[in-house]
Amino acid sequence: MSNLDELLENWEPVIGLEVHVQLATKSKAFSSSAVKFGASPNSLTDPLVLGMPGTLPQFNQHALELALLLGVATESKIRARCRFTRKHYFYPDQPKGYQISQYDEPLCEDGHMNLIVNGQIHRVPLTRIHLEEDAGKNTHVGAFSHVDLNRAGVALVEVVSAPVMHSSEEAAEFMRSLHRLVRWLAISEADMEKGQMRCDANVSVRRRGEDRLGTRTELKNINSFRFVQNAIEHEIARQIRLLETGERIIQETRLWDADLGASAPMRSKETAEDYRYFPDPDLPPLVVDGALMGSILKSLPELPTQRFERYIKQHGLSPDDARTLISERTLADYFDAAEQAHPGQASGRTLANWMLSELLGALNADGKTIDGTPMSATTLSDLVVLVENGTISGKIGKEIFEESYKTGEAPAAIVERRGVQQISDEAALWEIVEQVVAANAKQAEAFAAGKDGLFGFFVGQVMKLTQGRANPVITSDLLHKRLGR
Amino acid sequence: MSPPTQWLSATETAAKVASGELTASRIVDHYLARIANIDREIGAYLVVSSDEARRAAQEIDQARAANQPLGPLAGVPIALKDMLVTKGTVTTAGSKILEGWIPPYDGTVVEKLRAAGAIILGKVNCDEFGMGSSTERSAYKKTKNPWDTSRVPGGSSGGSAAAVAAGLCAASLGTDTGGSLRQPAAFCGCVGFKPTYGRVSRWGVVAFASSLDQVGPLTRTVRDAALMLEVIAGVDPRDSTSLDAPVPKYTDALTGDVKGLRVGVPHEYFEGTIDDEVRAAIEKTKQALVERGAILVEISLPNTAHALAAYYIVAPAEASSNLARYDGIRFGKAAAGAKNLYDLYARSRGQGFGPEVKRRIMLGTYALRSGYYAAYYKKAQQIRTLIKRDFDNAFQHVDVILTPTTPTAAFRFNSKASPLEMYLGDVFTLSCNLAGIPGMSVPCGITIDGLPIGVQLLGKPLDEATLLRTGGVIEAVVGLGARRPGGVPA
Repeated sequence: MSNLDELLENWEPVIGLEVHVQLATKSKAFSSSAVKFGASPNSLTDPLVLGMPGTLPQFNQHALELALLLGVATESKIRARCRFTRKHYFYPDQPKGYQISQYDEPLCEDGHMNLIVNGQIHRVPLTRIHLEEDAGKNTHVGAFSHVDLNRAGVALVEVVSAPVMHSSEEAAEFMRSLHRLVRWLAISEADMEKGQMRCDANVSVRRRGEDRLGTRTELKNINSFRFVQNAIEHEIARQIRLLETGERIIQETRLWDADLGASAPMRSKETAEDYRYFPDPDLPPLVVDGALMGSILKSLPELPTQRFERYIKQHGLSPDDARTLISERTLADYFDAAEQAHPGQASGRTLANWMLSELLGALNADGKTIDGTPMSATTLSDLVVLVENGTISGKIGKEIFEESYKTGEAPAAIVERRGVQQISDEAALWEIVEQVVAANAKQAEAFAAGKDGLFGFFVGQVMKLTQGRANPVITSDLLHKRLGR
Repeated sequence: MSPPTQWLSATETAAKVASGELTASRIVDHYLARIANIDREIGAYLVVSSDEARRAAQEIDQARAANQPLGPLAGVPIALKDMLVTKGTVTTAGSKILEGWIPPYDGTVVEKLRAAGAIILGKVNCDEFGMGSSTERSAYKKTKNPWDTSRVPGGSSGGSAAAVAAGLCAASLGTDTGGSLRQPAAFCGCVGFKPTYGRVSRWGVVAFASSLDQVGPLTRTVRDAALMLEVIAGVDPRDSTSLDAPVPKYTDALTGDVKGLRVGVPHEYFEGTIDDEVRAAIEKTKQALVERGAILVEISLPNTAHALAAYYIVAPAEASSNLARYDGIRFGKAAAGAKNLYDLYARSRGQGFGPEVKRRIMLGTYALRSGYYAAYYKKAQQIRTLIKRDFDNAFQHVDVILTPTTPTAAFRFNSKASPLEMYLGDVFTLSCNLAGIPGMSVPCGITIDGLPIGVQLLGKPLDEATLLRTGGVIEAVVGLGARRPGGVPA
């Protein structure tokens, strides 16, 4: 968007995100009603979810544990005691007439998200993380609106970043990092297509060099990584164009329409409803005591960005490879398992290469992910060790990989059965080299006369006679010797 | 000779069923016949569940015949305030907005009553959503005071009090948010008991003001109140505000002994306008306790004057929130002819709520609006803390506090000129809810016009037992004895 680049010369965007993440609890935040995606409409309800008179919320302790895990993973300050608040508005997706949320006493504050930008860790401060319940879903069909309350009451965390991001790429990277983190911690599946992770963005622009924030707009409904980037870029451009023509930004909520690639105002904050926040009298304060914090801290795994740094430092991986490996916890765990199967016998870099090119390539071709891999980390490691210690060549290694991947047979057994061990015996190879050169005297002359390109031909001939088993390094050595240059 | 069935206490009724002297079916038939004869005049019941009651009675009788163990309330016919949610029986909270709502679940107290063998005769009238002190605010019918049918039974549990007083049930359960059990009990010559906040589960109780609401018994005797409380009290995982404290055997508390009991008399409660006959009855009650060995202690509850103001912030604020769910869409009645969603809300709520409910929703919405929370709701909560502290201080020196329940005996229909005048009648009962402590009203005399007078006892948190013990002595010494209301056939 070169157009945008021009606009950005004089203007600096300021972006803050509010991301809703559904917590992977079995039941809803305040009732025993089940949580499931794709169930038939209103089948996951009970008197409480329907907002029936006389019902009372019972907080799901598991939701607190998951929220706390995110809190400690983002190094947030955790409140020892906080309250739930009622946020009132009339809409059929909210059967009680209010949403149970947190307002002036959020569970977590002042944490940060670690992003990976240009191979480096980049911190984005978080204002808060709080617990709340999800609303139901309305679909509009002709003259009717259908209300599905299956989603109503599902436990959410709302993660609010500080307004400190300055590009749509950074905002999209924030989303990817949060997505990776919550999946890593098994807090949420965070499938954006299922609405398990949803993003609102607050966007403003200001003249470069200015400290004061401009008037912001809130973008809603940006529910894919791509939309986050597109919608924010679009909004930045819209605001700059308005300001450059002397117009004012109206503080408003705008709804992103991905099909149109444009946003339209939803409701103006000036006429916004008053949410009448007050502490929910049906719920006692949430208490996070030392024992609970202790067990949460104990369950906190090595975080993706920590592993990213370790892979680079300890195994010398490239930032790109390290980043790919930590994109899913199962992938990183696979790598660690492969690495630990034969300590010191195969380098991390080589293992990573085999994993990322051969294994992921094969899985990808099968439409599988690492979770469905037919080849264990140990098997892959076994194979890589065979290549690394010279038992087989890299080329044969790839064939063995394919067979082992398909049949599950151990690489060593395949090598044995096929007799494809690499020939590294110099005397044996010398004989073959002699044979090849004798049979191709003309080419040998041409090579000697300076036709360098023929060297590959001789290597190919040796490989042909050995069914590819000749050790390529030794072969090349001997050929040079025999051919005299 | 045993009194007629309708004048047996709940305790006596259960005993007669247990001994086989009466069958549950006979008792239920007797009550149903009496309701059919008399309730046209009293107007206590909104729904009479005849078939269900008969079926339940048969089950009790069969269980007894089969020598199965019977619950403590086996065969006792109970009327439930319509604020209590009953599976399969219309529950309206006295409001048009819930007209025809048949709940798919039972409230915890209803479950507990059924498990104890109680027979639910039906649902009784109340002020809409419990908001009122005369039951005149019911959207459905007028309930009359059985002692003088030109007068109100009190409220909001007026249907419960009238039904108990008129012998239309053996006992009742009601709710009390600012005096709604104690005031009608006083007006109708019954015992009304509001337990400590959290003592009884609120699951399945239509919410008025969540931090004040509490379910309690309305009965003819103190022992019945103890028996009912024993059944309904206890922690409930479905109510996060319920208290996890053991439930004592309350009936064991009725020792009849008040020797050495320190009874606090807060002078603030005696300074305003109190009817002379009420004042005299309270004096007589104090003397009776002293004669039985109790010690009167003059105490001060200095923040009493702020209770009414604090209550009328907290209760409407919570009500405005709790009543936000009534939109006529998922339950109750939706207005016809709506042009769009917000029109549907406006029409359904406009037609469904009565004037008093609307007034309180407006008050509460005002108090909670953005930027005013600190000035109103938060300040009112701070006053609550002060009121609670007053009681904590007083209970360092006394075991129980004694006050009038109401400034006057039952008033006539339409006699309160303004809502404020109605609110002022509740000055003695509100503090108890704001502080979350237990309170009860026990009959302690009768006016020259034949109207009952109640005395209020307030106790330490979770010390229901001392209230019951003191109430038992008051009942025995200055209670109404065998006097029955004049407005109904004996």
